[in-house]
Amino acid sequence: MKFTKNTQALFYNLKPHPLQQMLDFDYLCERATPSVAGIIHPGKSSFHKAFFGAREIIIPIYPTIQEAARKQPQAEVLINFASFRSAYQATKEALFEPTINTIVIVAEGVPERQSRELIALAKQQQKLLLGPATVGGIAAGAFRLGGYAGGMPENLIRAKLYRPGSIGLVSKSGGMMNELFNIIARVTDGIKEGMAIGGDLFPGSTLLDHLLRFEQDPEIKLMVCLGELGGKQENNIAEAKKAGRITKPLVMWVSGICADIFPWEAQFGHAGAKAGKEEESAAAKNQALREAGIMVPESFEELEPLLHQQHQQLVAAGRIVPREELSPPALPKNYEEALREGSIRKATSFITTISSEEKGEQAYAGVPITRVLAEEHPLGSAIGLLWFKKKLPAYFTTFLEKCIVLTADHGPAVSGAHNAIVAARAGKDVISSLCSGLLTISPRFGGALDDACRYFKEAKETGKTPSQFVEEMKQKGIPIPGIGHRVKSKRNPDKRVTLLKEFAVQHFPTPYLSYALEVEKITLQKAENLILNVDGCIAAIFLDALASCPAFGKEEIGQIIEIGYLNGLFAVARSIGLVGHILDQKRLKQELYRHPSEDIFYLKDSLFEK
Amino acid sequence: MARKKIREYDTKRLIAQHFLNQKIEYKAVLVTPEISFEMLLSLHPWLLQEKLVVKPDMLFGKRKKLNLVLLHADFPAVRRFIEEQRSQAITIGKATGFLTHFLIEPFIPHDKEYFVAIRAERDYDTIFFSEQGGIDIEENWHAVKQLTVPVLSNPTTLSLTELTKEEKIQAFMRELYAFFVNLDFTYLELNPFTFDATGKISLLDAVAHLDSSAACKNEKLWNGLSFPPDFGKKAFPEEEAIAALDQQSGASLKLTLLNPQGRIWNILSGGGASIIYLDTLADRGEREEIANYGEYGGNPTEEESYQYARTILDLMTRTPHPDGKVLIIGGAIANFTDVEKTFTGMVRALREYAHLLLEGKVSIIVRRGGPNYEKGLQLMRQAGEELGISLQVYGPETPMIHCVPQAMHLLHRSA
Repeated sequence: MKFTKNTQALFYNLKPHPLQQMLDFDYLCERATPSVAGIIHPGKSSFHKAFFGAREIIIPIYPTIQEAARKQPQAEVLINFASFRSAYQATKEALFEPTINTIVIVAEGVPERQSRELIALAKQQQKLLLGPATVGGIAAGAFRLGGYAGGMPENLIRAKLYRPGSIGLVSKSGGMMNELFNIIARVTDGIKEGMAIGGDLFPGSTLLDHLLRFEQDPEIKLMVCLGELGGKQENNIAEAKKAGRITKPLVMWVSGICADIFPWEAQFGHAGAKAGKEEESAAAKNQALREAGIMVPESFEELEPLLHQQHQQLVAAGRIVPREELSPPALPKNYEEALREGSIRKATSFITTISSEEKGEQAYAGVPITRVLAEEHPLGSAIGLLWFKKKLPAYFTTFLEKCIVLTADHGPAVSGAHNAIVAARAGKDVISSLCSGLLTISPRFGGALDDACRYFKEAKETGKTPSQFVEEMKQKGIPIPGIGHRVKSKRNPDKRVTLLKEFAVQHFPTPYLSYALEVEKITLQKAENLILNVDGCIAAIFLDALASCPAFGKEEIGQIIEIGYLNGLFAVARSIGLVGHILDQKRLKQELYRHPSEDIFYLKDSLFEK
Repeated sequence: MARKKIREYDTKRLIAQHFLNQKIEYKAVLVTPEISFEMLLSLHPWLLQEKLVVKPDMLFGKRKKLNLVLLHADFPAVRRFIEEQRSQAITIGKATGFLTHFLIEPFIPHDKEYFVAIRAERDYDTIFFSEQGGIDIEENWHAVKQLTVPVLSNPTTLSLTELTKEEKIQAFMRELYAFFVNLDFTYLELNPFTFDATGKISLLDAVAHLDSSAACKNEKLWNGLSFPPDFGKKAFPEEEAIAALDQQSGASLKLTLLNPQGRIWNILSGGGASIIYLDTLADRGEREEIANYGEYGGNPTEEESYQYARTILDLMTRTPHPDGKVLIIGGAIANFTDVEKTFTGMVRALREYAHLLLEGKVSIIVRRGGPNYEKGLQLMRQAGEELGISLQVYGPETPMIHCVPQAMHLLHRSA
């Protein structure tokens, strides 16, 4: 398997971050085509948007590996980001796709037996597996196997991975591969290919498999290999060296010489890093490699100078010819990243003063939700915070909650409920039906609250006597909002109004309510039913509640009344009733409503004109 | 997640449970520190009716050669044996500890001792068989026959015939192999097994390793299996807490305490780099001072990084040393672990323990590269200055191992 500037991959499981990192590497290498030809996301057929440099590109998403391979036959690599539970199945499927010849398995914790079966199948099919538990690898200047090997762009640049050098590196550990990328860039002409095989005991391809691949690559002049205690891979390299299968200079180190400080069998971070038998210990392996004629330093620290010296020898012998250094194109920064760094700024389009998030918890006007929940009146408190940006006193939140309960429903016949019912019976969903009901709220229906507030406030504050006010309204021809009821009258009082009045008088001074009641006295002289209705009562008490609460300034109260908070309160309250009616109709499976034609007066235009 | 040893009791219990074609009976009791002898007798009255065998079941072998097996005994003798053995610490190899778990089985009189073992290799499993099993198997290795079974195949009747002519044993081995594969064993040894007076196969001793990575698919098959720690390895509550954190996390968090009195503590990242740090410490002669091994990786969250660092800071500040201690926060150049995020969590822990770190004369050396490392290193530098802790910070331009000579310098400067 050779990885070139034209190699393309399929990407299993939509993981935008590593995928983008593959494309970013492409850009640094000045590839003509993106290295990801398609994405497989089980059960999904769509597109994914990603950046190729500054430009956006679209990558197709296929529901199965089979379909992706058929549509993108030029893609030879599968980058498998499946979880450890499904990595086996996805890899097995890919092994049987004739167009795929290399599979990178990222998942850590794939059961050993599953790995071994995949290894046997890969051998049958003559395919290359990298991983499990790998960050992948890099063919410098050409192709990145998985989006993690080599780290972030600044590291790719520091380690000069955007252009090929003469070193072939294979390591069990991904982190150490990245460390070695940097060491190699410091003391040699850089990486040609770097592979992390993963820390499992039975990786899909072994250290030796890659060294033998490097042997076949004429551009690789010097090989570096980092092994670990446990398993037999390094011993196999010693054997291969003795058998003459490894001819290029090879610098190698096996880590884990510290294992004997553990009084028991040491298990390190990698699943395969465990020295059971003597010949699998790091010391024994380093010794076997040395004896086979491989260059093994005295310690890991000595690896860098040894590598430096080997590289210099190859340069002196003319085997490595230093190439002119070219710098890679500058990769555009992500907007979020640049913003976070403070290197760019942008004017915001929205402002909010009621919402915030602290330590991952949403807050209402600075108060975390968990604290609002602990309040005695959580609903009234939430309205207080989100509407008034204040922690309202208990009597105020109680008042708000009483208003909600009082106005939640007024039967199915009123226009809001009627509309919602008709919409529900037409088969509309809950939200559409609710909106249909809410849209009827107007000064004629439910929307008298704010106007009542405005008139009472204006009349009282300009010093009009109740009779002056009534007279003035009469002259203007405007019915006083909040006065009058269809059925209720002086003799048949509205019980809701009585209770509200009692509550208000008990809890705070009520000059506005007294004013409204004076107005009622006058209107009642004109007709029995011109009582202070529930809207008018709420409006007057609302003015009293605001005035009695020192947290509200005069100007602020003016703004609240001008904007009109109470119609909002009505909409919130009535939504409870509307949803109730909608659910009721749906439970009853009511058919489409059609208004009876005998209830409609069909007036002919011609008659009307006469 | 790797190869783990399991108890002899569990191995035999699982065989008895899963063998369907050839019934294997298994009668045994695992004696744990939690259970009283009175309770044992009320649950297993047969203990008083038969001759018994008793031995420790704690993952180490060669028990007969260590004189830790009592054969053909009645219950009072078994009880005396257990009480005596668990009253004092013993040393096996390099590990010292108390015997806590014992296996009691009926004594099976027998003359023939067979040996069978299966070992998983990369491309094949090997079945070993001998009719001269028992404790001298190594001396009699010449009599052991081997059969290689490539992955994705099964042992054929013909190949099993080459191991033994006895059809009963062939059938047993065929089923044993299927059991080995299905339950994700990596090593299984029955040495010896035999036939009892009624001609049924009886398992006398067993050693087994399982692949713990297969836990998620084998929950039912394994049926409540546990992986006990190696003999002499105390499971510290802090290790267990980190193991629990690791279980819940998508990242990797490992901690092993080596010597809680040691003066060099480590917060290391990466399976590969963490070994190299320990290697370098050991190579430079600091073996005795290494307090812990550990590794975090796979991009843990800020909270996980905080918990991990906090655990180690807590351990290392419990008993101050007059000459102080050193903490190495080391790692290679990360591929995808976010250095800023993980260090934010660690700095939180440093602030919490600042007072104790100062009191305990703890010096800290940091070396790290990877995503957002500049910001991460800056956070560490700031914390060091603000808290007045001796804290040196190095980035990817400094070799990874540079921390180690620095740490040694700090450690020995006052001595």
